[in-house]
Amino acid sequence: MSEVVDKKTTQQVEIDSHSINFGPQHPAAHGVLRLILEMNGEMVERADPHIGLLHRGTEKLIEYKSYIQALPYFDRLDYVSPMSQEHPFALATEKLLGIEVPERAKWIRMLFSEITRVLNHLLNVTTYALDVGAITPALWGFEEREKLMEFHEAASGARLHANYFRPGGVAKDIPAGLDDKILAWSETFPKFIDDIEGLLTSNRIWKQRTVDIGAFTAEEALAWGFSGPCLRGSGVPWDLRKSQPYELYEQVEFQVPVGRNGDCYDRYLVRISEMRESVKIIRQCLAKMKPGPVKVQDHKISPPSRGEMKRSMEALIHHFKLYTEGFHVPPGATYTAVETPKGEFGVYLVSDGTNRPYRCKIRATGFAHLQATEAMSKRHMLADVCAIVGSLDVVFGEIDR
Amino acid sequence: MAEQETAVQAAPAPAAIESLAALIGALPGVSGVSIEKGEIVALARLEGLVGLMTTLRDGAGLQFEQVMDICGVDWPERAMRFDVVYNLLSVSLNHRARLIVQTDTVTPVPSVHGIWPVATWWERETWDLFGVVFSGQPDLRRILTDYGFEGHPLRKDFPLTGYVEVRYDEERKSVVYEPVKLRQDFRNFDFLSPWEAMTSLPGDEKAQARGKA
Repeated sequence: MSEVVDKKTTQQVEIDSHSINFGPQHPAAHGVLRLILEMNGEMVERADPHIGLLHRGTEKLIEYKSYIQALPYFDRLDYVSPMSQEHPFALATEKLLGIEVPERAKWIRMLFSEITRVLNHLLNVTTYALDVGAITPALWGFEEREKLMEFHEAASGARLHANYFRPGGVAKDIPAGLDDKILAWSETFPKFIDDIEGLLTSNRIWKQRTVDIGAFTAEEALAWGFSGPCLRGSGVPWDLRKSQPYELYEQVEFQVPVGRNGDCYDRYLVRISEMRESVKIIRQCLAKMKPGPVKVQDHKISPPSRGEMKRSMEALIHHFKLYTEGFHVPPGATYTAVETPKGEFGVYLVSDGTNRPYRCKIRATGFAHLQATEAMSKRHMLADVCAIVGSLDVVFGEIDR
Repeated sequence: MAEQETAVQAAPAPAAIESLAALIGALPGVSGVSIEKGEIVALARLEGLVGLMTTLRDGAGLQFEQVMDICGVDWPERAMRFDVVYNLLSVSLNHRARLIVQTDTVTPVPSVHGIWPVATWWERETWDLFGVVFSGQPDLRRILTDYGFEGHPLRKDFPLTGYVEVRYDEERKSVVYEPVKLRQDFRNFDFLSPWEAMTSLPGDEKAQARGKA
């Protein structure tokens, strides 16, 4: 240090600042977020999210599992929208294997992707409202979520950790009568969205807490790697289901809702509109679905049926080999992404020709969103941080992996 | 307020992918470009990476406004053992590309956080899990692993079980770190059957030649 200090360039500033720990046990932290906030009075000067408290080493574990065993880990990433997380891994494996799944499997996947989208948005919108002080939407929303969980359970046998979208199709066909139940639900659900909107959309307190809070322009949102409702809230008409369609999304009609101001309120509105669009897609899927196989008929990749195994020796061998050794995937690499409820969720899968992934990088949507908390919450009040974190829809299972 | 919008671009045609690949291949700093399963994969050199990335973001016909992902891949048998993979996305032109640079444990990779601020956390993650050093990155802290963690867990030579385990000690009233003890050995099965593991059987060259034909 030089002893001569230039008087013109130095100045003394009185700082009334202190740091506070937001979380990791804060109810509005949506899990285990430790946010270190440097405050100037009640104004946020710096926000430093510390993540990794839920890190389970999923990517490392997947490298030691066969492709079939790796799939259930994806349910445990974003546990709010489990089936959507399995989707890119199934698609990436299929791409490397070079197989095409049967049409009915595609419709079932789309159907459950959209059910999962509603499931996710219901949780996000209502708990986000809870964060800023509205309790009723959460109570109503969870009741409605329960109905959707039952659809999950009917199809896959599990309410949350479904393990349903397998490479090569889906685990099993949906049970008889489930389509009628989903159809009946899709008729009553728009009324429920109206009710939630009645509570929130023009609610004075809700608008005071969210309008112009955490506003991001389209350029900022792009630079910060946003996707999904957060990007659309900032006015970018970008939806992978439209722009890079996978499965049969080009055959269904739906609109892509887009916000204008990129604030917390717009992100909420986008999610509400997306739920309405999802219901439309669900109804189209149900109408277009035809009976048929739900997984590829190659028993080197998808298991034979129980009945076949009782009669055919070859089927029994296939079953045994599939559940011990798994299938071998030709060498190659792919980055496959789908539009999950939170945004782009991608899997960068590298195969070296064995029965285990060589590397499976999971591109978590919330990872990019959470990073922008600092830029978003700067010069906002402490209470606005709750609204911002809520509107970004972060889930730590996915971010920490 | 939200409004309805239908003007979303359609998927790019395969011909467009080839011309884009040629465009990327002609950029300075790119040493090779290929199309793998319909995805553009470009290999780049470390020198001038920031300039190349700026061109990729701003150049006409490229416009990769977003870096969706930065990750590492470990190939321990190589001299330059790490791949750093950049998955780029252009929202305005609707195309993707993957850019790969190679590095080892000491050669720093120029940071791209000045081009895309989102890169900071991806680079921190790559540092944390692989030990790839990024030059020019002011915030190269660990991100996913524990405070005070040692080692880089996604390297292939890092054991799946790790080295330490954590528990709460009732007597000391604190969390203690101990060397990991396994009640049962970790079972790492070799799934490759002899027929698959041996790619060339002695005296079986004829079958190999037939397989290639």
